[in-house]
Amino acid sequence: MPVFFENREIVTPGDLLAEGGFDAGRNTYKIDSKIYACKLGLVEYKGRTVSVVALNTFYVPSVGDLVIGKIVEINLHGWIVDINSPYSATLRASEVFNKPYKPQKDELSEFLSIGDLIQAKVIAYDRTRDPLLTIREPGLGKITHGQIVKVSPAKIPRIIGRKGSMISMLKKETHCNITVGQNGLIHIYGRNPEDERIAVLAIKKIELEAHTSGLTDRITEMISKERGSDK
Amino acid sequence: MSKKIRLVDENGIRTDGRKPDELRPIKLEVGILNNADGSAYIEQGKNKILAAVYGPREVHPRHLALPDRALLRCRYHMAPFSVQERKSPAPSRREVELSKVIREALEPAIFLERFPRTSIDLFIEVLQADGGTRAAGVTVASLALADAGMPMRDLVAACAAGKADGYIVLDLNDIEDKEGEADVPVAYMPSLNAVGLLQMDGQLTPEEFEQAFNLAIEGCKRIYELQKQALKAKYLAIKEAVEEAVE
Repeated sequence: MPVFFENREIVTPGDLLAEGGFDAGRNTYKIDSKIYACKLGLVEYKGRTVSVVALNTFYVPSVGDLVIGKIVEINLHGWIVDINSPYSATLRASEVFNKPYKPQKDELSEFLSIGDLIQAKVIAYDRTRDPLLTIREPGLGKITHGQIVKVSPAKIPRIIGRKGSMISMLKKETHCNITVGQNGLIHIYGRNPEDERIAVLAIKKIELEAHTSGLTDRITEMISKERGSDK
Repeated sequence: MSKKIRLVDENGIRTDGRKPDELRPIKLEVGILNNADGSAYIEQGKNKILAAVYGPREVHPRHLALPDRALLRCRYHMAPFSVQERKSPAPSRREVELSKVIREALEPAIFLERFPRTSIDLFIEVLQADGGTRAAGVTVASLALADAGMPMRDLVAACAAGKADGYIVLDLNDIEDKEGEADVPVAYMPSLNAVGLLQMDGQLTPEEFEQAFNLAIEGCKRIYELQKQALKAKYLAIKEAVEEAVE
């Protein structure tokens, strides 16, 4: 069972990663017993599974994901939401109103109008239908303050870190509320603009250097340096 | 019939100083356009070509969407200033054909079936042309697709071979293309050993054709290595800079 790369080496689409009794993990595919990469990324050999951590992707919805989206259209039954993915999502009116929704009486734009940003959860999606969203959970709904940063959806796992280590460090060090949407949009809300500015800087640095090691320490260092320079 | 121009001299050296089986110098760059989802740039000899990819995204107009896979749309276009005599910017018959063959060379490389009801839009803009632009177009377009994070079976490398002054030569330039006897462009996926584009213009014996075809495949393999390097370069540079800063 030979492998052809070292762990965390950069591979390109079509690279032969392993041969023999391996399983094809994320961003790989299998022909006979050979496993090839299908994206540019870092190869990972974990036991019998070979996978590639992509360096750039676009967001493909998945049920249960927390996403941040923008209202782009209002129709009779609900809102169309841009969630930074190949498919635009629908938020049904019945998901927002607590009483039965009556199109002839209720005015949808009073609740959410075009251009509004929302935090929502994907409740249904498959390849034949566009994703459906809900905001009926604590913490979800319209975003009224703070700022939004957009990163490549491929970097989201790195921003969250192993078991949330990176994101909890960020929240603690910058004193900001940070909500990470799986679709690559991040909502930051701090006590003052300075905290928010540092949080944005940190996130941009993580995005750029996502494929390097020892990142958490460097980010902590960067944040304390930024703080020091203000005083 | 006497030829006006000698394409290969008595020492077997071509008009631009290359040996018959030598490629033109190639420079590849990835991710140079900010507004596209993926982009790449190639300089192959005097060719200068840009490629940009958008998508997968919703299909407009809607009725073109396919229920079971993504729609790949490709536009090969030559800038008015890309050739000696100004070229009309309207798509010519030739550009429409090249758009089609480039699309068909790339289609088998992409996992289109993973993104039903979407479109992937590919733009190939020739800024300066010097022969072999369809091959260079395929090469650079496949890099732009990989840069966009598109899941692909393999990178597609393309290269032409042909016959000039009785020699079988690799990677024809403009003069060799116009004055030579034959031109065989090939697009090839090295890992899968699959050909995505094969055309021929001119006359070759079956033996010569096979020789030219094998030479073109050899050229594709060399270009493939350059493609891989170009894709990795952007990230390796950041990694090195970070590691240096730490030390």
